Amino acid sequence: MVAENTTKNLSITLRVWRQAGPKAPGRFVDYQSKDLNPNMSFLEMLDVVNDELTLKGEEPIAFAHDCREGICGTCSCTINGKPHGPGHGVATCQVYLRAFRDGDVVTVEPFRAAAFPIVKDLITDRSAFDKIQQAGGFITARTGSAPDANALPVPKGDADRAMDAAACIGCGACVAACKNASAMLFVAAKVSHLGLLPQGQAERDRRVLAMVSTMDAMGFGNCTNQYECSAACPKLISHDFIARMNADYLKASWRSVFKPEPASSAGGAG
Amino acid sequence: MATLDSKIPPGPLADKWRNHKANIKLVNPANKRKYEVIVVGAGLAGSSAAATLADLGYRVKNFVFHDSPRRAHSIAAQGGINAAKNYQNDGDSVYRLFYDTLKGGDYRSREANVHRLAEVSINIIDQCVAQGVPFAREYGGLLANRSFGGAQVSRTFYARGQTGQQLLLGAYSALSRMIGAGAVEMHTQSEMLDLVIVGGQAKGIVVRDLVTGAIERHAADAVVLATGGYGNVFNLSTYARGSNATAIWRAYKHGACFANPCYTQIHPTCIPVSGDYQSKLTLMSESLRNDGRIWVPKKKEDCAKDPNSIPEADRDYYLERIYPSFGNLAPRDVASRAAKRVCDEGRGVGPTGLGVYLDFSDAIKRLGENGVRERYGNLFDIYHEITAESGYRTPMRIYPAVHYTMGGLWVDYNLMSNVPGLFVLGEANFSDHGANRLGASALMQGLADGYFVIPYTIGDYLATQKPGSRPNADGAEFKAAEENVRAMTKRFLDIKGREPVSHFHKRLGKIMWEGCGMARTKATLEKALREIPALREEFWQNVLVPGSADTLNQSLEQAGRVADFLELGELLCLDALTREESCGGHFREEHQYPDGECKRDDEKFNHVAAWEYQGKDKAPLRNAEPLNYEFVKPSVRSYK
Repeated sequence: MVAENTTKNLSITLRVWRQAGPKAPGRFVDYQSKDLNPNMSFLEMLDVVNDELTLKGEEPIAFAHDCREGICGTCSCTINGKPHGPGHGVATCQVYLRAFRDGDVVTVEPFRAAAFPIVKDLITDRSAFDKIQQAGGFITARTGSAPDANALPVPKGDADRAMDAAACIGCGACVAACKNASAMLFVAAKVSHLGLLPQGQAERDRRVLAMVSTMDAMGFGNCTNQYECSAACPKLISHDFIARMNADYLKASWRSVFKPEPASSAGGAG
Repeated sequence: MATLDSKIPPGPLADKWRNHKANIKLVNPANKRKYEVIVVGAGLAGSSAAATLADLGYRVKNFVFHDSPRRAHSIAAQGGINAAKNYQNDGDSVYRLFYDTLKGGDYRSREANVHRLAEVSINIIDQCVAQGVPFAREYGGLLANRSFGGAQVSRTFYARGQTGQQLLLGAYSALSRMIGAGAVEMHTQSEMLDLVIVGGQAKGIVVRDLVTGAIERHAADAVVLATGGYGNVFNLSTYARGSNATAIWRAYKHGACFANPCYTQIHPTCIPVSGDYQSKLTLMSESLRNDGRIWVPKKKEDCAKDPNSIPEADRDYYLERIYPSFGNLAPRDVASRAAKRVCDEGRGVGPTGLGVYLDFSDAIKRLGENGVRERYGNLFDIYHEITAESGYRTPMRIYPAVHYTMGGLWVDYNLMSNVPGLFVLGEANFSDHGANRLGASALMQGLADGYFVIPYTIGDYLATQKPGSRPNADGAEFKAAEENVRAMTKRFLDIKGREPVSHFHKRLGKIMWEGCGMARTKATLEKALREIPALREEFWQNVLVPGSADTLNQSLEQAGRVADFLELGELLCLDALTREESCGGHFREEHQYPDGECKRDDEKFNHVAAWEYQGKDKAPLRNAEPLNYEFVKPSVRSYK
């Protein structure tokens, strides 16, 4: 393509967070990366830097990545202070070097949050998100027991809004962007996705209470309405869902005072 | 020689699965908790299997190399999932879905398996909706469908462009529920590096904890592999970077037969390679071909020019020229091969010369820019994001890329490999797509295997195993497997050569793509079969794996995967060389009709080729499982 042939290659200085392990001290290390094609993705640049480091006998930079098309939620770099970098509505793997200028110094860090301890270099442990899901992020539907899929019509508006929330890729950028390291957007997305659907009503109260209490136990902060979460979200999930979850939580808490759930569902017929 | 008993149940096609379920052995509820099942992988097949088996009462251990089971590459599927619901009342049926899938696979799959797939497709949609998968709906609140991949009925269910993600999150939520309930023991960032065979049966695995480097042994009553496809043997593909064949390859080296490795699928509408650094190819929905016109310049010297400056008379709309009746909508494999041919002639466009134009200027004249945006806006956005070019202003550039592998470990009707106790699900097995997979069928197969097949069929095996007879993970076989893994790890680190792992992966990819890509010939395959062993030799002499074994080491992980691809690639080429016919995704230039369609040889090759490992440096053995067509008569696959 004509445009590409005339585009100049660029050189940038990467200032990368290096940390050998969870307990090791970390520090920024500068790497010069030269003659880069602006159509290269940010992660491809890290691949190239890593091969150069390998050949020099140094340890490559550990970074999380997999699908490289913005859907698996694995990649998770904070670039120049912004989770997922300079783009809008994209994940780290969808950042291309044309977003930078020749001679730029680019800072690369892991997602920072107490609930996401650093594993190595740019990789963090986000298993706290899985724990929240395990606490209640599901609709109980034993395999084989489902009624016909069209037995229960769902208004299109509800289905579309549920889908808006379900688009979350679980990357954790919302947490990294929040000054309180709150996971409210992540939890609200799942609570809203399932709570908006008729299938999700039976467990609606239980779900929001269990997920919120697990979120708190995992060490995430509270929401103070900064909306940095939606701004950093690669799927642009709206903070309106947080308001929706708060309302759900309040109603569920109120109801649980009068109708506490039985301590155990075991027993019964016998 | 391996015994390949497909265990296809007798009787009429439509009754086989029902009768089989009624006749296979059951494990009584009180005994289920005495059995432990290892599931490797947590994509659609793995997570649905792990969740369902745990809900049945089995004790399940699930292993993934990802940091969360939600990240498996099933998540990237865009288009949709087929099911014979006939909600549109357009004449769809289980038989039609069965027939379309069988024909799409170019008559190289088992009738009974494909029919079962079509049968359970109905249950999958019910199951997913019950879990809260937000499929697209009509204003009346019922589920929406679309026609996909040239099907004549609308049977594809979808969730925007994220169907794979939503289905995976459904299975992940079911799995999460079972993890939370303590019924599944989840091991994330654990990579299976060996299979353990005790007394001829699969009884455990050895894994490496990718964070600490610890090597662990795990025993079980049965092992289920749901570890995906092997398309990354080509290095560049639409697969996730981490997708690999290590689990199935190491099972192969323990005697599990590898079936039809040469059946690979190449998708015509991907964004082309832009440079040597490239790590990934991105797919754009082939629906673009409905309104876009594909062309290259007639003259080589025009290739570097601004496409908008090339007059109409100097453009070659080659699909419209060669296939006047189908034009730009020619089937995937035909369109892919035609693009390769014009690029081989030196008429490819873009910086690398490996690209063709997909031009919307006529569509914009007809529909207006907004009309095109309404239909394809999100795809134009993806294109712009990656290339910084506007598809509205200048033609897009596209090129074919590897994106699915139909081959995989051989399994019988119960999804058990020829190694008793070793089950293989989803893309990792060979079972349902024959030589070519139709659009929106991969998600269907993954979930069919995990939700609706393995929960029944695993009982047929487990019922033959005495409860509590599971071997101890401290046994000699386990220790030997662990030693094997440790030795291999040490060997990688000790080579201290001069090239990083990526160097070898790129070179292997190039050999595979040129020798065994879209169009294969005896000569290209023989060349690849000379080059791969030489490259493998060089790898083992000259690879440089930095760091140590007792920490997170991504270079070490990659070294193991590439070492396996260096072996698998050879088997793939050998299978392609031996299969002297063209069928589906396997196209041998020597075997084609004048119009470029695949020319099958049903007399000689109406069988599954199941390769059996014979030991290091020994030629593998080619077993054949005949495909008996009882109900459908194979014909020339034609879409004209």
